[in-house]
Amino acid sequence: MIYQEKAKILDKEGIRRALRRVAHEIIERNKGIENIVLVGIRRRGVPLAYRLQKYLKEIEGKEVPVGSLDITLYRDDLNLRLDQPKVGKTEIDFSIEDKDVILVDDVLYTGRTVRSALDALMDLGRPKTVQLVVLIDRGHRELPIRADYVGKNVPTSKKELIEVRLEEIDGIDEVVITEWRDE
Amino acid sequence: MKIVSWRHKDLLGIEGLTKEEIELIIETTSNMKEILKRTIKKVPTLRGKTICILFYEPSTRTRSSFELAAKYLSADTISIATSVSSVQKGESLLDTVKTLEAMGIDALIIRHSSSGVANFLAKKLSCSVINAGDGMHEHPTQALLDVYTVYEKKRRIDGMKITIVGDIMHSRVARSNIYVWKTVGSNVTVCGPSTLIPPGIENLGVKVEYNIDKALEDSDIIYVLRLQLERQKKSLFPSLREYHYLFGITEDRVKKAKKDVLIMHPGPMNRGVEISSEVADSSQSVINEQVTNGVAVRMALLYLLLGGGKLE
Repeated sequence: MIYQEKAKILDKEGIRRALRRVAHEIIERNKGIENIVLVGIRRRGVPLAYRLQKYLKEIEGKEVPVGSLDITLYRDDLNLRLDQPKVGKTEIDFSIEDKDVILVDDVLYTGRTVRSALDALMDLGRPKTVQLVVLIDRGHRELPIRADYVGKNVPTSKKELIEVRLEEIDGIDEVVITEWRDE
Repeated sequence: MKIVSWRHKDLLGIEGLTKEEIELIIETTSNMKEILKRTIKKVPTLRGKTICILFYEPSTRTRSSFELAAKYLSADTISIATSVSSVQKGESLLDTVKTLEAMGIDALIIRHSSSGVANFLAKKLSCSVINAGDGMHEHPTQALLDVYTVYEKKRRIDGMKITIVGDIMHSRVARSNIYVWKTVGSNVTVCGPSTLIPPGIENLGVKVEYNIDKALEDSDIIYVLRLQLERQKKSLFPSLREYHYLFGITEDRVKKAKKDVLIMHPGPMNRGVEISSEVADSSQSVINEQVTNGVAVRMALLYLLLGGGKLE
């Protein structure tokens, strides 16, 4: 098996434009940002949530709170995995009660991560609404879940992998499609 | 950052754990603590797992702490008090646990007055075995909650001086603490009446000091052990009064240690014997934090042992 990079879907500028558009859509849909809080799903959803916070502030001049959510303890595949995922930190220092919670993740695929995140969120309070932002929607849902805001739709095959790399974690901003291929 | 994952079926003692594994437990614990601060203290992680808590010795905090930890992670628990079980009809330990295993438990948490019981059962059972204290051998979850409590207060666990005072001989808490602190790179001094210091303890890499004032000098942690009156078969020291006079931790003695010293005690305390009330309730005392952290540490361990695929 060889691992190869097939195509770059988004570069630094592409990511910036997509997120700025999403920021505008959030404001439009919610008629402002008064009741908005951002919650990033660990790990790469968190820096994306902070970027959205920055864009929202540039447009509306107000800072919305950002939290991070670790979903390890809510996974539905713990018994199926051979490796054990590390438990990360959930840091949400504000109440989500009656808020419009904007949940942020990098890639939407089967929908299982979002399902776990919804359960985790509900344990922390009762939001007014929960809306989902993803940078990439690659299809192949296994659950009835959809995103409210999408950076880019990317049709993929199940053999392919989408890798979102962010400066805060990976040192570079890009989204690429990779694949494991038989030699 | 080195990636470490948990590779053990059981937790029988600190001896044999690596520094990396102890750090993984600390990291997992600190993330579990967030759950304890929620209004709804429950996550679904261990749904469908059954944990049996079997204690052949009395206990309040360890037992309730394990039970709460399991419940916060949504595991089902059965807690068996041996005084009202078939143990009273003369059933052997092995038969009792085999019966429980036949009912399909995923983990057995055991406390027993004989050293080595947890190790013996781990070999006989396919479910996870957690040692909640075996005789004079080990009490690993206590040592792990202690090391976590220090980490939380000092943000470090290496390069410190830990002074353990009291009945070292009969104490599994002392043994597990010695292992844990040596493994993470801190120094341990033990102090107590010579009759309560086991010969050869130096082989574990600790310093023995019989003079309490010298022992406390420059300590970062004073770890006060409970005088285990129930384990004292023969009189190893003349009287409680004399013990307090010679080894009791008082405000004056605490001054010999570093200014930011932490006072720890595994509980239950004999106030006025091994520790004065003023010290137990002082701002340097982290005895209550130890109890809170006990729940978080046990959640972390239950997750590491049970949350994940079965190892082949």
